[in-house]
Amino acid sequence: MSFLREKAGPIYRTVREVRGPLLVVEGVKGARYNELVEVKLADGTEIIGTVLDVSEDRAVVQVFGQTEGLSLDSAVRFTGDVMKIPLSDDLIGRIFSGSFRPLDGLPEPIGYERREIFVSVINPAAREPPSEFIQTGISVIDGMNSLVRGQKLPIFSEAGLPHNVMAAQIARQSTVLGPEEEFAVVFCAMGIKYEEYEYFRREFEKTGALDRAVMILNLANDPIIERIIAPRIALTIAEYLAFDLDMHVLAILTDMTGYCEALRSISIAREEVPARRGYPGYMYSDLASIYERTGKIKGKKGSITTMPILTMPGGDITHPIPDLTGYITEGQLILSRELHGRGIYPPVNPLPSLSRLMKDGVGPGRTRDDHIEVSNQLYMAYAEGIKARDLARIIGELSLSDREKRYLRFAEEFERKFINQGVYENRPIEKTLEIAWDLLAMLPEDELVRISEENIRRYHPRYRSA
Amino acid sequence: MSQQVGVIKRINGSLVVAEGLKGARTGDAVYIGELKLIGEVVRISGDLVALQCYEDTSGLRPGEPVFGTGAPLLAELGPGLIGEIFDGLERSEIELWKLAGPFIRRGVRVAPLRRDRKWRFEPRVKPGEEVEEGDVIGVVQESSVIEHRILVPVGFRGVIESIEEGSFTVDDVVAVLAAPSGEKIPLKLVQYWPVRIPRPYRERIPIDRPLITGQRVIDTFFPVAEGGTAAIPGGFGSGKTITLQQIAKWSDADVVIYVGCGERGNEMADILTHFPELEDPRTGKKLIERAIFIANVSNLPVAAREASVYMGVTMAEYFRDQGYDVAVIIDSTSRWAEALRDISGRLEEIPAEEGYPAYLSERIAELYERAGRVVVLGKDRRVGSVTIMGAVSPPGGDFSEPVTSTTMRFVGALWALDTELAYRRHFPAINWLRSFTRYVDVLEGFWARFDPQWKTYRERALAILEEASRLEEIARVIGEKALPNDQRLILLTAEIIREGFLVQSAYHKVDTFCPPEKQVKLLKIMINFHEIASELVKLGIPVDRIRSLRSVMELLRLKEKESLEEIDALYEHAKEDLMRLRAEYEAAGVARGP
Repeated sequence: MSFLREKAGPIYRTVREVRGPLLVVEGVKGARYNELVEVKLADGTEIIGTVLDVSEDRAVVQVFGQTEGLSLDSAVRFTGDVMKIPLSDDLIGRIFSGSFRPLDGLPEPIGYERREIFVSVINPAAREPPSEFIQTGISVIDGMNSLVRGQKLPIFSEAGLPHNVMAAQIARQSTVLGPEEEFAVVFCAMGIKYEEYEYFRREFEKTGALDRAVMILNLANDPIIERIIAPRIALTIAEYLAFDLDMHVLAILTDMTGYCEALRSISIAREEVPARRGYPGYMYSDLASIYERTGKIKGKKGSITTMPILTMPGGDITHPIPDLTGYITEGQLILSRELHGRGIYPPVNPLPSLSRLMKDGVGPGRTRDDHIEVSNQLYMAYAEGIKARDLARIIGELSLSDREKRYLRFAEEFERKFINQGVYENRPIEKTLEIAWDLLAMLPEDELVRISEENIRRYHPRYRSA
Repeated sequence: MSQQVGVIKRINGSLVVAEGLKGARTGDAVYIGELKLIGEVVRISGDLVALQCYEDTSGLRPGEPVFGTGAPLLAELGPGLIGEIFDGLERSEIELWKLAGPFIRRGVRVAPLRRDRKWRFEPRVKPGEEVEEGDVIGVVQESSVIEHRILVPVGFRGVIESIEEGSFTVDDVVAVLAAPSGEKIPLKLVQYWPVRIPRPYRERIPIDRPLITGQRVIDTFFPVAEGGTAAIPGGFGSGKTITLQQIAKWSDADVVIYVGCGERGNEMADILTHFPELEDPRTGKKLIERAIFIANVSNLPVAAREASVYMGVTMAEYFRDQGYDVAVIIDSTSRWAEALRDISGRLEEIPAEEGYPAYLSERIAELYERAGRVVVLGKDRRVGSVTIMGAVSPPGGDFSEPVTSTTMRFVGALWALDTELAYRRHFPAINWLRSFTRYVDVLEGFWARFDPQWKTYRERALAILEEASRLEEIARVIGEKALPNDQRLILLTAEIIREGFLVQSAYHKVDTFCPPEKQVKLLKIMINFHEIASELVKLGIPVDRIRSLRSVMELLRLKEKESLEEIDALYEHAKEDLMRLRAEYEAAGVARGP
């Protein structure tokens, strides 16, 4: 097993209690907190675990892997070391399980060095604030919720919406304006279905991205507990590629809901006091320890950009999983069932979506002078349009004022021409802004209050053609 | 440092149980294990002592030693604080970076203040002078705007025996004090204070000056006073952080302490990178010359998050005691409360609401009570203040959750952020119907200097906004067209106030900071416009005609003008247009007859 350098450390056969993924081992001497252990089941299967609670002669061990077959006669070996993985550039192009076993038929990796997967905190003073615009070729993202290198921008989705198609499109099309640089994709699956994984694999294969990808897979039928370590393995690799090998890494974590469910299972097995809906009170800090590994470091070339995907249970954005995620990530892209139902792809509802780092990545010298103002104006106009649409549902379209009718028409056109685009359509930012201006030209000029007069003069189609 | 030594018995996350720490008191700082991780005593039962470890405990094992310090967790105070970036335990993150690389490593020790730096010390007292606690014995020019006043530490008095001018490190003795007991006390530039205990002062005094933030919705509608408290609750995506950053940048406090407690690393990086470049609009100096940062980001150990808030407030009190007005910004108190919950859970205390400990409200109240405007210790009766502004991050945007609802009880001003406004890109997304302030009456005197009618304008504007929100409800059902003209005017004026006054762009070079006199002027213009337009409407002029006047819609852009004269001129233009419209109608009315 690649977690272990050699078979060393004392073996205990003193398991006194088995409770879900937890084992209570007695008579243990000198075990360390968070130490890696290896558990050998009666049938010979070997699984790994860590120490969660340790007293002078007793240790509580949490196992990662299948929990069926755990019994009082399991043998537990304490390795004396925390969980580490070997790292090298050979990992690129490989596929591993949630507990780092090769799934591609190739041998176990040998690293130049081994690094802890749990503890990694970038010193805030050493962080470089993200500021390089990533062009995804998707108008609703580039135009209104721009992604920048080193950002963590999740997709909040619901079951049945095309979040995977969108994530794959982003992975395929993302480029930074300027010279080509080395990139890699780290893909971590937590509890998704085999077809979903297969979709990503095929899409990556098509564009050759598969050779630049590392995949960590914990599919729906794999042991749920492995989901706790899968994203940490993925991000430890991402950090190595970004900060040791100077690569620009896009990490896709899907589905974070699967991860949080695993966290809840363990918390319940540990009989902890739950906070909201059975999820543990430390879920915010736990999620932060994953998401916050995204970023850039001063003096290093590489970067980690993270795109977590989560399906909101029941479409409820106040559910703890999207709620806590939203507090940590730098914005969110929210998919709407209503837009999807009307055949709009990607069905990103721009109103509740947000990219907090957009302001640092776009505008003069980065994309275009009018970018932020155009984006704000689109927001405002679309919000007005949605208000008019709601009103029309009650009083009928005919009773709307001229102004309301105009905004209603704007909203419809905006959805059809700006948000909507092809799965393989890659729009440069200039194209996106051009579509935006053509739409804004539908409105009277003095209602464009979020755009400065200079920019109206420079970019409004009326003056452009003149 | 006294040498009590104990032995680790159990480790469960950040909770460590040790045996044999004799004479330990709760709150005492301890060093845990061979790596000497920092921790604190939280509970004692018999021979067993429960410790909360502020660093990651991975790899620790029973049997390792624990060293007691016999003293509580202390803040080191002295020249060198300004412009620094600390973690929650006052370790300089810049020094940590130099020492250990870009990732935070455990057990790395750096002194809070730099030991090698020399400061120019100028005495303010002479040998033979009698001094008491809080007296200024001398000053150090710490940054171009902050004169760091060296105080006689709390609890000491006597006669200055010797004092020296010159360049000193923080550890050098600059003066010797002969105490009444005859004891000779060496005074240094550095002193220490336990973070959990409020620093003493002479007396509290009434608050009567606003903390000007340059943000119109705050200063005009929901002001906070110097020495007051404010909370800013809001769901994610409601622009909480950007609003706090604006306050940090533009507030007219002498010293700003920004505590990033459990928040995003990139956001801290943004502040840390961009703050040093920003210019203070009042002094023209860099803002970093009067700011201190505590960056205990979300993925640093939870327990240190709990301490970071007290660390920030203690530094604030220290500068207050020098006679400064200090603003403390905490982002976010919810993460601090979660740290309390986490520790309480590990101690297996019986939880109250949502797993939070029963003493949550007590702790929140104690924290905000450390704000105030006071006469500080020392013979010269200097006045200083600490203003505390805390962000609250309610789960799911639900203001009835324990941290938000408790905080609302203890603060003087509430800036309620509204996700709906944020969706419409109305920033700062402070909801004018749900926010409140208790400081209007005490601050009226300040604003009356610009315009004696200030309070009336403010109340009138709030009434119009309130009325408009009711009318919007109705309009949502029957359509705006169906409303009578006078009500449609309310909607128009409310729109002008919303877009032309409340909405303020943090990224517009003029609009980002709005001085008080301009705030008063804009508000006055809008109320005045409403009065004139009301008369027009009474004459039967449709609101649509008023709306179609270009000069009226220009009122929305007055905020972007820097000069007050230009604003006046533009408003005169709008007034003329309104008058012309009136004349036109009156003429037509006369022609048509009654």
